[in-house]
Amino acid sequence: MGIGRRQFIQATGVAGTSAALGFSAMSRAQSGPIRIGLMTVKTGPLASGGIDMERGLIMYLKARDYTLAGRKVELFVGDSGGVPATARTKLQELVEKNRIHLMIGPLDAGSALAVDDYIRSASLPTLSVAAAEDMTQRKPNPWFVRGTSTSSQCAHPMADYCAKTLKWKRMAVIADDIAYGHEMVAGFQRVFEDNGGRIVQKFLSPLAVPDYGSYIAQLKTNIDGIFLGFAGSNGFRYLRQFNEYGLRGKVQVVGGMTALDEAVLRNMGDEAIGILTACWYSAELANPPNRTFAADFRKEFKYDPGFYAAATHLEASVLETALQTVGGRIEDKAAFMKALRSVKAFTVRGPVSFDTYGNVVGDVFIRQVERKDGRLVNTVQYTYPAVSQFWTYAPQAFLANPVYSRDWPPARYLES
Amino acid sequence: MLAQLSNSNFLVIQTLNSLSLGGLLFLLAAGFSLIFGLMRIANLTHGSLFMLGAYIGVSLLEAGVPNLWLAALAGGVATAVLGGLFERLVLRSLAGNSQGQVLVTLGVSFIVADLCLMLWGGDPLPIQTPESVRSPLRVAGFTFPAYRLVVVALAIVVAIGLYVLIERTRLGAMIRAGVDDMPMARAVGIPVSRLFTIVFCLGAGLAGAGGIIGGPILSAYPGLDADMLPLALIVVILGGVGSLAGAFIGSFLIGFVYTFGSALVPDLAYVILFLPMILVIAFRPTGLFGRMGA
Repeated sequence: MGIGRRQFIQATGVAGTSAALGFSAMSRAQSGPIRIGLMTVKTGPLASGGIDMERGLIMYLKARDYTLAGRKVELFVGDSGGVPATARTKLQELVEKNRIHLMIGPLDAGSALAVDDYIRSASLPTLSVAAAEDMTQRKPNPWFVRGTSTSSQCAHPMADYCAKTLKWKRMAVIADDIAYGHEMVAGFQRVFEDNGGRIVQKFLSPLAVPDYGSYIAQLKTNIDGIFLGFAGSNGFRYLRQFNEYGLRGKVQVVGGMTALDEAVLRNMGDEAIGILTACWYSAELANPPNRTFAADFRKEFKYDPGFYAAATHLEASVLETALQTVGGRIEDKAAFMKALRSVKAFTVRGPVSFDTYGNVVGDVFIRQVERKDGRLVNTVQYTYPAVSQFWTYAPQAFLANPVYSRDWPPARYLES
Repeated sequence: MLAQLSNSNFLVIQTLNSLSLGGLLFLLAAGFSLIFGLMRIANLTHGSLFMLGAYIGVSLLEAGVPNLWLAALAGGVATAVLGGLFERLVLRSLAGNSQGQVLVTLGVSFIVADLCLMLWGGDPLPIQTPESVRSPLRVAGFTFPAYRLVVVALAIVVAIGLYVLIERTRLGAMIRAGVDDMPMARAVGIPVSRLFTIVFCLGAGLAGAGGIIGGPILSAYPGLDADMLPLALIVVILGGVGSLAGAFIGSFLIGFVYTFGSALVPDLAYVILFLPMILVIAFRPTGLFGRMGA
């Protein structure tokens, strides 16, 4: 992709003026507002999370009166509908029409991969929520920073917890048959098996599967537990059907970071109580920023913030910290990116920093569903501090392996 | 794979699963098939009506309707009315332009999806299983959700009801005549255009009620429409357009193919689902029981 004509004229125009007028023109150009583009999903099946992304971000900006590091901020929202091609078009619009300085989002891995090239060609600083592993691993994008988690970053500690604390030996895994699901269960399997466990059953169900009956009926009951690697509403439906088959109490359930999100929990009943999941966030976290955020959010929207609301709120803290480092000068992209990648901030998820690939290093929480004040919440049971995307493996060795997938690492202990 | 097939527990449970999925598919596909057969259009709002039914069911149950069965009845009537209005006000004005009609149904399906998102939000909403059939059935060492068996029974009852309607009543005779040879039916004085509305109401009502009956298994969520529509399409193409028997056999056939397919060769779940459809289109374009080309 080349740069658009208008962009080119602007760029050369600005370069010409600043060359002629020197430093004063630079500072005048910087006195305008910082334009943030949020790429989210407000229509279609992913809309629930996407709308929360917008709410979380607006809440952050409102609390600061739309001023970060002394500069006014304007927000432009693009709705991709969860369709990668649309994300690409909308991003181009945000960049060329709204002239955004940086993007927060997109939500889903498909859209993140679809805009990868464009981010590079437009040199657009990006704070992403999408979990696609290789965007901060084997194919790192220099403009891409992720404050949330890779697909497997929270699955690694969950597996560690199952093997070491729960002392489980035999487990099954199930996930959506998409890259996110593959990467998550692959990471889970690797750490669980490296700690002496065995994955004896592995199911990858189509993303759009209305009925899990045939998968549930095959589940072995002589296992210690099953790991759910679902996203969206699938974990919700799986668990309801799981109970329908009378398996509650017979097979223990644990889950990944999106399996029992607060967004799903608020429509669930007692069937969810007791289930452990691993995530980089819980609305129950007692740190000061989150106590304010969760309370305000609950007051305004009448439900607990979850993964997606916290994600954009967190990215906004990272952004503000980086802006403070460069004195608000987001136009100096090189300096801004350098600041962004070396951010150390205290956010709603606790302290975060970034590795050399632009991915977050932060706490991951093992949470248990409990009923509190009449609603279901994810209570923090245990904290894994400063978890990296490489877990405890050496980055070089980790990256020498293929990316997590359907077939890697191979499942050696499957029983028919 | 062979080990699984010789395991009697696996066979029994998956057979019951196949039957219950088939039952649900029949509630969806019967109306789709009749509309397709009579009006010659693939009604792409059918999945939306199913989803709309599920959401209406959620709201009815929240509003205090005492049980699922009443909610299904009321929700079915509501979607039937909406379907009838849609047919009268929109499709009617495009009479004779079947491509235009199909496109309109596609457009309306997107509109319904966004309206549902506005009205009910993006979170999945559960529909509680009726208390009496909530606990799983345990017979001879097999555990199976009792509600799913009720769904099968219900589908059979609906099938019998529809059979009587189509094969034994004057209205049914007129519908059959319309499916078989519309110009001739018109010529002998059958009010074909009124039949259109009746069949559309019937199909929409069945889809809506099906959404509520399926609710305890599937719940209501954005995207339910797009998950269900292709299944209805496969059933109808397999069974034969406009044929009730075809929709019935097709539903259970797909129930079996899908359930056993995804259990035995999970990597090829979708291939197995669509392969029979492709074979049928290639070698028997009228479907297994159909009398007209799809």
